[in-house]
Amino acid sequence: MTLIKPTRRAFLASTAGLVIAVALPQARRAAAQAQGEQNFAPDAFIRIAPDNTVTVLIKHLEMGQGANTGLASVVAEELDADWAQMRAESAPANTALYTNFAFGIQGVGGSTGMANSYMQMRKAGAAARAMLVEAAARDWGVDASAITVEAGTLTGPDGQTGTFGDFAEAALDSEVPADPALKDPSEFKLIGQKLTRLDSPGKTDGTSEFTIDIYLDGMETVAVLHPPKFGATVASVNDAAALEVPGVTRVAQIPTGVAVYGTNTYAAFQGRDALEVEWDESGAETRSSAEMAQVWAEAARGEAREVEASGDIKAAFADAATTHEAEFVFPFLAHAPLEPLDGVIQLGDGEAEVWMGSQLQTVDHGTLAGVLQIDQANVALNTMYAGGSFGRRATPASHFAAELANVASAAGPGAYKLLWTRENDIRGGYYRPLTVHHLRGALDADGKITGWQNTIANQSIIAGSPFEQMMQDGLDPTSYEGSTNMPYDWPAHRVSWARMESGVPVLWWRAVGHTHTAYSTETFLDELLEMGGQDQVQGRLDLISAEAGRDRAVLERVADMAGWSGPGTGDRRMGVALHESFGSYVAMIAEVEDRDGHPFTTKVWCAVDCGFAVNPDVVISQMEGGIGFGLGTTLYNEITIEQGGRVRQSNFDQYRMIRIYDMPQIEVAIVNSQNDPSGVGEPGVPPIAPAMANAWRSLTGATPRRLPLQDAGV
Amino acid sequence: MSLSLTVNGTTREVDVDPATPLLWVIRDELRLTGTKFGCGIAQCGACTVMVNGQPTRSCVTPVDTVTGTNITTIEAVEGPEAEAVQAAWVELNVPQCGYCQSGQVVSATALLQAIPKPTDQEIDDAMAGNVCRCATYARIRSAIRQASDTLEG
Repeated sequence: MTLIKPTRRAFLASTAGLVIAVALPQARRAAAQAQGEQNFAPDAFIRIAPDNTVTVLIKHLEMGQGANTGLASVVAEELDADWAQMRAESAPANTALYTNFAFGIQGVGGSTGMANSYMQMRKAGAAARAMLVEAAARDWGVDASAITVEAGTLTGPDGQTGTFGDFAEAALDSEVPADPALKDPSEFKLIGQKLTRLDSPGKTDGTSEFTIDIYLDGMETVAVLHPPKFGATVASVNDAAALEVPGVTRVAQIPTGVAVYGTNTYAAFQGRDALEVEWDESGAETRSSAEMAQVWAEAARGEAREVEASGDIKAAFADAATTHEAEFVFPFLAHAPLEPLDGVIQLGDGEAEVWMGSQLQTVDHGTLAGVLQIDQANVALNTMYAGGSFGRRATPASHFAAELANVASAAGPGAYKLLWTRENDIRGGYYRPLTVHHLRGALDADGKITGWQNTIANQSIIAGSPFEQMMQDGLDPTSYEGSTNMPYDWPAHRVSWARMESGVPVLWWRAVGHTHTAYSTETFLDELLEMGGQDQVQGRLDLISAEAGRDRAVLERVADMAGWSGPGTGDRRMGVALHESFGSYVAMIAEVEDRDGHPFTTKVWCAVDCGFAVNPDVVISQMEGGIGFGLGTTLYNEITIEQGGRVRQSNFDQYRMIRIYDMPQIEVAIVNSQNDPSGVGEPGVPPIAPAMANAWRSLTGATPRRLPLQDAGV
Repeated sequence: MSLSLTVNGTTREVDVDPATPLLWVIRDELRLTGTKFGCGIAQCGACTVMVNGQPTRSCVTPVDTVTGTNITTIEAVEGPEAEAVQAAWVELNVPQCGYCQSGQVVSATALLQAIPKPTDQEIDDAMAGNVCRCATYARIRSAIRQASDTLEG
């Protein structure tokens, strides 16, 4: 571990107090970046001010998943701070200091926020504590070992007391500990407890600042008109009517469409609506999503590329007493974060400052500098609270940052807010990929599953992106993750992937591949167990391999919570599902009734093992949110591309959101396996859809094979 | 065109197109940024403000239709119901991304002002116009019940 102590007094004078940065040896490709000149950079993780506040700089985007609270609580624990003195602030874009060890860039995704920060933040907190103690020891003339720290107060052997603020300045002269001692988890006071989220008060009284809330002097608001089809471009623009709208200042053609600038938002929107644009559709994707689904289904019925296999799959099916087969179709999905994509830029001469809810700061920062043709050192990127993301703000293509830069470049120096409308968002692509699964199962005469085959057809998310290096020998694991590494011991199995192509840009969407693999595998397994005359919980337990103890534990726990004794026979039926994603294990049982032909989920029991739960209340809230997010999507959501290439849906009147009356009661239990913390932002999403569908099958006799349910005639 | 608008107890003159949605006057002209933009078609409720005490979707309310009314935004919701709602929101850690929560708090406050002890059905009905993309609905329900309980005492 390398501790970085800022040496520039000028900076310290401006912020006052102790500033600590910790850079850990990099496990991966960021190794080179972590060494060297940034050791002298003034950026830091902890700032302790003379007013006794402790501010933790959060390297990950706070998009609702509790990053600010989580990382600050870990620092506070090792610092022995009082929770009330803790603050959180988004760290600036600085890849060297704020890299995500899972990726080697600054950014967050794959539910890695806590997992990759836990030890780093603990060490930062412990180092700061040691430096404060040393400063107090010097001041009081006592041995550092005689000083205790509790709830933000240092106490000396003769009854001396002081706050962190009292020693913030003096701590600058303390030795930076090479390897500060960390607490034994049994000594934790804040970790593992329910804490008030640091962002709750501001998000409750309206004072939290999102990107949309930034107003700079002379700032113009910019609305954009995008092509009506993916791959189409501007042929000609008649902007006469737009320029007549009061408040519209200019119209500019940019690579992604046409931008309308206004002195206020209404003017920009009105101006955009008044544009007359001819589009060149010669390069556009014109297939409908239904057409694509047929092509994908054809591929899923074929051989495809094997990604995982065991046993003799041909023999398993040749010798089977019974076989079963099913095809599942999953639609394109928009993320629809409630704050539409937005960004603010102040463009100067050879320099720029940008504010946005950036989830991949390194990528966005480089893109901004590249498009603006300004040295990256002269482009400041400030990360704002994001009004939701669900993957949408983590675009390897960095298309929004590029559009923001293009909007500014086209108009010249000044301040601009680029604000997408909901229609831009819903029709803007970067969807969860349309996916088809083809499953086959083989049962022997005793009803035991002897063969399992799953072929998945969809577009690759990472091919052609800066993340392409994550591909393994031409395979994109994000396309089929969750269909492999299943906890079940099959005598023979084969999972294959067929890579599809289309002009529709696709992107990871909260839980990525698991959004479809959990559904097909856990509903199909449920059917096979039923065919084999087995109970859906006990049948799974019998299949779970010896190594999959964490899967077993959450399944047993949820069955116990729900009082499982089979799906039931009354008006309300239960369905179960088990799915690991991003290192966290989640089992759910959903209780469902038939309301006028539609499934209504009355109650969900959820057991989660995310390793050591740093902030249990955040874990519970992410399970609750994941359940609601997954439920609403399963019931209502799809992006339909019409014949010719236009997107049918455009706003929440057609892309329906789950509402309060759809929400089930939820009971969450955290199964603490004492493993290292793993993520919770995504793992709550995958199991709810199959759990609900399995209950629905108990009621109706059929698993919906095409999502969403309302599209399946349910 | 100059219009007279009473927002949060203060009457001000604003020079805007009379068709401008109230939302953009509140945000762009008055710089009260707690009220959010989510859909522009009254489907999500992020823009909810009170007009004469009634929860109103400001994104589809032309500003010239609310002159002479009392408009209250999240920045100025007050009284025992608002305090109870906001205290319960913080205590139960309702917000996740937080973008919709101004609208949720305004709607919940209006509900408790009208019905101090709402049934579950009345809570669902009153909050049905407010979308939370993070699906914090379970906690929204709990927080409204808790706020209602504290009001009773």
